[in-house]
Amino acid sequence: MYPSRFAYESPKTLKDAIGLLDAAGGDAKILAGGQSLVPMLKLRFAFPEQLVDINNIPGLDYITFDADGTLRIGALVRHEHLEKSVEIQKRQPTIAAAAPLVADPIVRTRGTFVGSVCHADPQGDWAATMIALGGHIVAQGPKGKRNIAMKDFVLGPYANALQFNEIAIEAVIPAPKGVARGGYLKLERRVGDFATASVAVSLDMQGDTVVGAGFALAGVGGKTIDANDAASALIGKKLTEATIAECAALVAAKAEPRTDHRGSSEYKRHIVATFVKRILTANSTQKAA
Amino acid sequence: MSSLYEEIQTPPASDISVRRLTVNVNGEDRSANVEPRLLLVHLLRQAFKMTGTHSGCDTTNCGACTILFDGRPIKSCTMLAVQADGHSIQTVEGLATASELHPIQEGFKQEHALQCGFCTPGMMMAAKALLEENLNPTEDEIRWALSGNLCRCTGYQNIVKAVLWAAEKMRAELN
Repeated sequence: MYPSRFAYESPKTLKDAIGLLDAAGGDAKILAGGQSLVPMLKLRFAFPEQLVDINNIPGLDYITFDADGTLRIGALVRHEHLEKSVEIQKRQPTIAAAAPLVADPIVRTRGTFVGSVCHADPQGDWAATMIALGGHIVAQGPKGKRNIAMKDFVLGPYANALQFNEIAIEAVIPAPKGVARGGYLKLERRVGDFATASVAVSLDMQGDTVVGAGFALAGVGGKTIDANDAASALIGKKLTEATIAECAALVAAKAEPRTDHRGSSEYKRHIVATFVKRILTANSTQKAA
Repeated sequence: MSSLYEEIQTPPASDISVRRLTVNVNGEDRSANVEPRLLLVHLLRQAFKMTGTHSGCDTTNCGACTILFDGRPIKSCTMLAVQADGHSIQTVEGLATASELHPIQEGFKQEHALQCGFCTPGMMMAAKALLEENLNPTEDEIRWALSGNLCRCTGYQNIVKAVLWAAEKMRAELN
């Protein structure tokens, strides 16, 4: 399969890249990891006039924790960088749990975290993770930078809130008030298949008490599902069998699964509740840091 | 007209952009003029006539087109050839020397790790990426590392054995 014809530029600076996007007036696409875009070009689901390859722009492949604990992930951080990062494993358990479950190990060497969030695939692991973590995207355009909260970023399937001349240069995850806990579970029939159901959970713990929590779902609806409301079952409480069960029921109620060859809608909703319980239970038995 | 029909040649469109690229393939610099939409796998197979890299599913699933790009495994059907400009690539053709098979190739031979052989180049390059990072992998680690590569003969058992065999030989060669 061949993509349709397009012009290709690989600028060396963000300014040039934004200039190219601006000049193309909406007919350009940004190429980062390309693990979603290139297949879409080949299938001709996408046929931009121009590709702006950002891979040659230096300084976008950072994973940093600010002094206050805020996590910043640059636009060219590949999935495998997160999977292998010792800092991520130590300090951001939701991302650490999700990273090895993204696509397959070869796709993970190339695909990017920020690109995946922007792609906003209803099955995507990172958009769900970012929603559960209450993160935001830093977009840079001709007029400078702006922050877009995740709840406003994913507009629907494959649709995000970026303007045509903006680049998502960074994903930001706010610092926890206590200790960051959480997890990510995905049911897939085989590696690389679309998820039957995925659940992202972030927890912010002070001792045994939950001071913050976030939940999001992938694969069980027409878009990434924000289930952060379910945090009300846990905030200010301890993780007990009762609070966990109440929270799992609230999250599962948010799912909008459809019956298909991967399972019935009842089954998928049950999986969501089970995954929430598993992640919360695993965190309830860990010793407080 | 000399026959009943004659193809009408349309002049090539002049606005098609062509880019010159140079890529180091298995240690040798190769150059080509390409359209930006040319995929890396097709650059290797059609321009450079290196048909060891296979194009299987063409949809980023099967991993038959796996090569090493700056040392890391990638699916070459899912990268544009222009993106390889200035980078180094290793393909299955770069594994053996003139006289000797690479231990991974030897392992595939010893353990009968191929039936039709279509997935073999991709399996071997993914295995090479694993063994460069971890020369003492467990069976589980091998299965995870190869989970982006599909074998249509479902001969996974022997492929895993072959990688274990290669790891053992490569460890022995180090000592």
